[in-house]
This record gives sequence, structure tokens and C-alpha cells, in this order.
Amino acid sequence: MELPSPNPAILDRRAEIVARLKAALPAGTVIDDPRGLVAYECDALTAYRCPPLAVALPRSTQEVAEALKICHEMGVPVVPRGAGTSLAGGSLPTGDAVVIGVARLTRVLETDYADRIIRVETGRTNLSVTGAVEADGFFYAPDPSSQLACAISGNIGMNSGGAHCLKYGVTTNNLLGVTMVLMDGTVVEIGGAHMDAGDLDLLSVICGSEGQLGIVTEATLRILPKPEGARPVLMGFGSSRVAGACVSDIIEAGVLPVAIEFMDRPCIRACEAFAHAGYPDVEALLIIEVEGSPAEIDHQLRLIRGIAERHGPEVIRESTTAEESAAIWLGRKSAFGAMGQINDYMCLDGTIPVTELPLVLERIGELSAQYGLGVANVFHAGDGNMHPLILFDANKPGDLELCEQMGADILKLCVEVGGCLTGEHGVGVEKRDLMTVQFSEDDLEAQLKVKDVFDPKWLLNAAKVFPLAVTEGRRP
Amino acid sequence: MTVIAPACEAELAEAIRAANGPFAIRGGGTRSPAADRPVLSTAGLVGVVLYEPGALTLVVKAGTPLAEVEDVLAAKNQRLAFEPMDHRPVLGTSGDPTIGGALAVNASGPRRVQAGAARDFLLGAVFVDGEGTRVRNGGRVMKNVTGYDLARLQAGARGSLGVLTELSFKVLPVPERVATLALACDTPGRAVAEMSRALGSPYEVTGAAWDGARVLLRIEGFADSVAYRAGELARIIPGLAPADEDPWPALRDGAALAPMERDIWRVSLRASHGAVLAERLREAGAAVQLDWGGALLWAATAPGTDLRAEMADLGGHATRLRGQGSTPARHPDPAPVAALAAGLRQKFDPRGLFAPEG
Ligand SMILES: Cc1cc2nc3c(=O)[nH]c(=O)nc-3n(C[C@H](O)[C@H](O)[C@H](O)COP(=O)(O)OP(=O)(O)OC[C@H]3O[C@@H](n4cnc5c(N)ncnc54)[C@H](O)[C@@H]3O)c2cc1C
Repeated sequence: MELPSPNPAILDRRAEIVARLKAALPAGTVIDDPRGLVAYECDALTAYRCPPLAVALPRSTQEVAEALKICHEMGVPVVPRGAGTSLAGGSLPTGDAVVIGVARLTRVLETDYADRIIRVETGRTNLSVTGAVEADGFFYAPDPSSQLACAISGNIGMNSGGAHCLKYGVTTNNLLGVTMVLMDGTVVEIGGAHMDAGDLDLLSVICGSEGQLGIVTEATLRILPKPEGARPVLMGFGSSRVAGACVSDIIEAGVLPVAIEFMDRPCIRACEAFAHAGYPDVEALLIIEVEGSPAEIDHQLRLIRGIAERHGPEVIRESTTAEESAAIWLGRKSAFGAMGQINDYMCLDGTIPVTELPLVLERIGELSAQYGLGVANVFHAGDGNMHPLILFDANKPGDLELCEQMGADILKLCVEVGGCLTGEHGVGVEKRDLMTVQFSEDDLEAQLKVKDVFDPKWLLNAAKVFPLAVTEGRRP
Repeated sequence: MTVIAPACEAELAEAIRAANGPFAIRGGGTRSPAADRPVLSTAGLVGVVLYEPGALTLVVKAGTPLAEVEDVLAAKNQRLAFEPMDHRPVLGTSGDPTIGGALAVNASGPRRVQAGAARDFLLGAVFVDGEGTRVRNGGRVMKNVTGYDLARLQAGARGSLGVLTELSFKVLPVPERVATLALACDTPGRAVAEMSRALGSPYEVTGAAWDGARVLLRIEGFADSVAYRAGELARIIPGLAPADEDPWPALRDGAALAPMERDIWRVSLRASHGAVLAERLREAGAAVQLDWGGALLWAATAPGTDLRAEMADLGGHATRLRGQGSTPARHPDPAPVAALAAGLRQKFDPRGLFAPEG
């Protein structure tokens, strides 16, 4: 994977760029010492690192605008950053870029329970948005597993999802408005506390634009009343195929769980060793959670059990207490950490039509054998968003490249069966070069046109999302 | 009147490339009466491309009549959850609404408040832009963040970025039971307060409207669950009682306002401001209804009224669905936002073929 080489003309003006940023922004807002810059050299895709030219951490929308105006005038690339937990290299800098981070923009600006909205600065972490309204019985629905660390800004950048988006949707379905600074420093207000757009639905393209259209500084989010209760059931099956068929049947039967999570044997074993959640040693595990009053929960679980029993489950374990629920979720929630304990891994994020689950799992198994790399599968089965974890050895020369090749093959498979390259993590640099697998030249050109309008000079995060060859004539 | 009705995407692209002046894009033609432009009809782009009930997905050609889509889904006990409104009562038009037309205006009914708008159920789109280029975006899966979401951008764009040819949607099961609860209430302030109480409860209200005399709440789901939630809602909102009629289609379509000889407006604003505006408009003699818990206001005003003058301090936007007036039918966006929208239209339709008619 290649990043464009830094523009020497910009590197030469480094001192001037930093001086102008420092003159325009309050003391302590601009980082330019090498040690400070190292902290910003990567995101959660740690295989790729590159310290930026400088970092600015503004404290207001106005300061973001000041910083952008300077970069715009001087033709300096900008990489927007939230908390830096992207798994796709979305906030990975280039050497000639100024990283503009919103980490210091963390205030809650307005909470209105009657209108069921909250307006926050976007550096605020996902979990602390819920934290701000939880005591009053509300929550913010999209819940990426990284929610303790990741920021609303990055959630908007990647249109992030979470385990519960089967019922509540992803970021785009819960975002009502933004304050965004365009590359030239213009501040725009798009949407608000009302529900839909007056003219074009610009939020649609802003959400998920991976920091390429502007820097989002404030967001109005929909908050929801907390359900009365929620309870998971755990089910073990003798094969992934059967588990997949069970998921389809549940969905078709009209039960709408809030979450349907899937794990295969390698993943179950790793989680068990790590978290001791008491998972059965089966080929495929489903965790299905439903919500409502105790009676409503009982009713839905009864229906789900009825369907599952037709598929001959090896284990069904319904939670009856809060402790049991926590134990069932514990293993799933620690899946990535557990796998990390035993191996280096690369986490994929393709989505497939739910009905293709058995076929895709089978083919992933074949690829695993062919490449000689292990795979553990853990994913959001209800909506077909897969997270195969490919296991490799970072210290073994060539293993990362092999793993990337296998990853590419799996993602191509996802596209082939009617799915897509990424369901929630974003394209970033990681899947950039695969975009031509999913999109024709015309399809990509249409997307580039949108960036042309928002960022005519192509200064914002320009080396991401689209293959470099495709953006060649546009990037400075 | 010239009507061009391409039989397939390629023919459509050809017609667009050959055009030398603006079109009126027509699905079912229920939204606006004939204009003085050649009509570009999607009537030849019909049919279900793929329907997988077990994956809750439907892929359909854009010119397919909504009624046909609904029949196909009903056969598997599923539906489009966004309840697209029928414009015929208010606009006095005929024709059969199409799925493409519904998405192009982001037509979303009472369930918007809980389940989301048409745009929220869209999974992907194919369209042909103003240069005759076919563009595919999104797909048919539930979660997809691959590239920019140009599909969703088409929702509400009224065809101004391209002619939709194929759409994929997430569909949902039809619930076992639906119940409507009513509360006598003649002030919008109280109505919105009660609706907010209901929508702020965990009882999953899928419709919250005020018809001028009553607050109406809808709950849907398994029979036992509906009974339980109806009971709980009546407990937190004393006076709430079951209503036997189904008021939702009429509320969705503004049917009660339609017969009045007045201008008809649809205003999107934050729920509490819906109450404020409703009060102001009532004092000025308008007939008013609220939906979406107050966040959607319907008004029938004296012909020529500039409703926007009453909401300058409230935010949101107002669309004049019917009537002439000297103000534009659509709410002007603030200048920097309007510039972005104009920039996008320029890119996707440089010759202005799809410029909305008003
Ligand atoms: C352990 C782990 C688990 C995870 N689980 C999930 C999960 O369940 N679901 C999921 O969806 N993701 C998950 N992620 C991925 C990641 O957490 C999300 O993509 C998250 O939304 C990134 O947020 P961030 O604040 O860290 O953004 P960053 O990494 O800082 O940035 C992400 C993208 O957004 C852009 N951006 C950041 N701030 C702005 C801004 N102000 N304006 C415009 N663009 C901006 C960046 O340029 C970049 O392209 C996980 C990551 C880890 C490490």
C-alpha cells in the first residue's frame, strides 16, 4: 500500500506554515515538535505510520476555520482527526499534512428530552454522549465497540455502526445536523433539530465521507428513550451453515432483535480462554438480544427459541439474570482483544446479503487453507456485516503482505456475492485500492465530483478512499 | 405534449444524451401536473429485480407502481416501513405513484418519527445523470460505507441529480397488531407535550399526530406487547383511550386539509417549535395539523399567505405543496449551503436538464 510522497515544496515551507498556525491560534494549540507528532503518526491501523508536518487542536469552530483558511491559502493538505481509532487508516497522516484534531471540542451544547435531541461538539466520545443523557433514561443508539474511545467526529466520518444497529440504524440514521467547516474556512450549518432536509440531503454524503468534505465541529444527534430491559440468548450450532439459516428464518419470521452476533469456533475458543465467559465449544455461536418489558422479552425469546429448535441447536442458553446477560456479552465484547492476545490479526469488514452467509463462510475456509493463515469469524450476522479476523505473524517477513492479499480476496468475494467492501469501518487507505472491484470508473467519477464541489483543491484527506491512480489529476 | 418513455436504462441514457432542453421527469405523475416541458417517463422501467424476504431486501425498478411493490411485499407479510404519502388528495392529481417518485421526494409518513424516512430504508440506487452516464451507488446490503453515499443523496433531490432507474430498500415485517390511542386535546402546546411524553417513553410509539382536536398515538407489534404498551401509555397519559378507526392514511396524506380552498404547506421543524408555529398559524386563521410528534406541521392557509414570515425565528423549512403565492414553493437554503447544492447540480446535470420545476 502506497501513500503519495510528501510534496517537497510544502516541506520546505514547514517553518512558515507552523508560524502562521501559531500566530492565528491560542498557545498550546499547535504541535510541531517531533516527539509530540509521533502521537499522531497512525490510527488503529498501526501497520502504517507517518508523522504529520504539524498538528492543530483547535478549541472552537472559529479556530478550526482559522486553521483551515491558512492551510487553504498555502495549499497545505489537511487530515481531520477525531480520536484516531479508525481501523482503515482514515486518520493516517501524510508527511506534508497538517492534522486538525477535534479532541478538545468536547462540550455538550444542548440537551432537549422533549425534542429528543442532543447537540455536542464532535470531539466528544461516543459513550459520553450516552453518558450525558443516561441518568434521564435516554441513550445515543450507534454503539461501535470502540465507543469508550472513538469520537462522534470519527463516527460521522466513517458512518459507524455497532452491535445494536440492526434495530436502531447506523450513524447516518441518527444524525440530524452538523456544523462543518469547509476547506476554505467557510462555516456551514446543515440540518438541525428538524428531521429532514429542505433541499438536497447533504448530510447523506457528509456522513461517511471520511474527512474528505469538511471538518465537522458540532453535531445534532437523535437520542432515544432507553428500553425497559434487554436480554440475550446464546445458541450453539454444529455448523455455520445451520446458524446462518437460523438467522434468516428469525428475520423472516418478523421478530426483530436488536442484535444478532455470530462467532465461529476459533473465535469462541480464543474468547473463552481470554474472558472465561462460559461459552460452549461449538462450531458456531449466535448471541441474539431482544428488548422490551419482561413479558415482551419472554415472548420474543420464545419465538426465537421455537425457530432455533427447528435447526437442531446443540446448546440454547437464555439469560435469566443481569449477571448471565453480562457473561454472554462479555465474550463477544472482548473478541478483538482476545484474538489480539494470541495473534496479530487483520480485521476485515465486508458486508454480504445475509442469505449468502453459509457460502461465504465456506469460501473463507477454503482461502484460509490456501493461504495457510488462520481465520476467526466474529460478526453482526443480522445485517450481514462480517468481521473475519485473519491471523498472521507481524514479525515474519512477508506475512503481512500475504494477509493483505488474503484479505483482498475475501473482500472481493463479498462484492461478488452482492455485498460490499466495508460495512462500518470505512475505506481509508486500507481498502482504497479495492474500490475498482466494487465500482466502475463512472461510479467512482460520480463520487469524485462530490469532493470537487466541497473541496475543489483536493486538500482534505485526499490520499484516501479512492485509488491514487483514479485521483491523480485532481490531487495537488 | 411529448412523452419519452424509455424501455430500459440504455434507452434512457440515449434520450438524455440527445436532449437539448429540460425535461419534466415523471414517475406516476401524482406530484405535479403537466408542465411545458417534454416528459421523461419512467413508466418503462418497471418490475421487481430481486426480493429476499429472509434478508429484508427488495430491489426494484424505479418506475414500478408503489401499489405493485406493496402487493409483492404483502404476499410475504412485509412492507415499506416509511409509509410514503399519497399526493393525490392534496394535489388533485391522478396516476399511480411510483417507488422512484416516492424516493425522489423522500416521501415519509407518520412512522418517520420512529422508524425513519424513505432515505433511511434506501440501500442503493442506480441513476442516469444529466450527461447520460449510468451511476451505481450503495448496493443491497444493510450496512455499507464503501465510498460516498450518493444513493441517499437522491432522496429528496427530486430527480435533479439524475433519473433514478433502480432502487434497493430494506423492508420490514408487517406487525401482528396495530393499535391507535386518542386523547381529546385542542391546543398544540399540550398536544406536543403529550406526544413528547409518549415518544420519550420506552413504549415504541410509531405514530404521534395531532389532528386539531385529538392527539393520536400508534403502537405496533406482537398482540400481547401492543396491549401491554397501550396500557402503559394510558397510565402515563391519563385520558388516552383506544380509537377504533385507522386515522393514519388520512393524516399521512393531509386528507382533511385537501378539500379546503387554501394553500397547503408542509413544515419540517423541531417538535417543540411545531407547537409554537401551530399556535401562531391558528391565531392567523389557518387550519393546522401536526405529525412526527410536532416535528411535521401541515397548514392550510389563506391563498397567497407567506407562512415563512411566521417561522423566521424557529428554524426548519416550509414547502408549499399547493397554491401559488409570490414566495418560492421550496424553502431557500442559507447561501453557503445553497452554493453546495448548486455546485452538485452543476456537476451532475451541467445542462440543467433536470432542474426542478418549482
Ligand atoms: C477495538 C476497535 C473496535 C472497533 N469497533 C467498531 C465498531 O463496532 N463499529 C464501527 O463502526 N467501528 C469500529 N471501530 C472503528 C473506529 O472506532 C470507528 O471508525 C470510529 O468511528 C472512528 O472514530 P475516531 O474518532 O477514532 O475517528 P478517527 O480515526 O480519528 O477518524 C476516522 C475518520 O473520520 C475523519 N474525521 C475525524 N474527525 C473528523 C471531523 N471532525 N470532521 C470530518 N472528518 C473527521 C478522519 O479523517 C477519518 O477519515 C473499532 C475500532 C477499534 C480500534
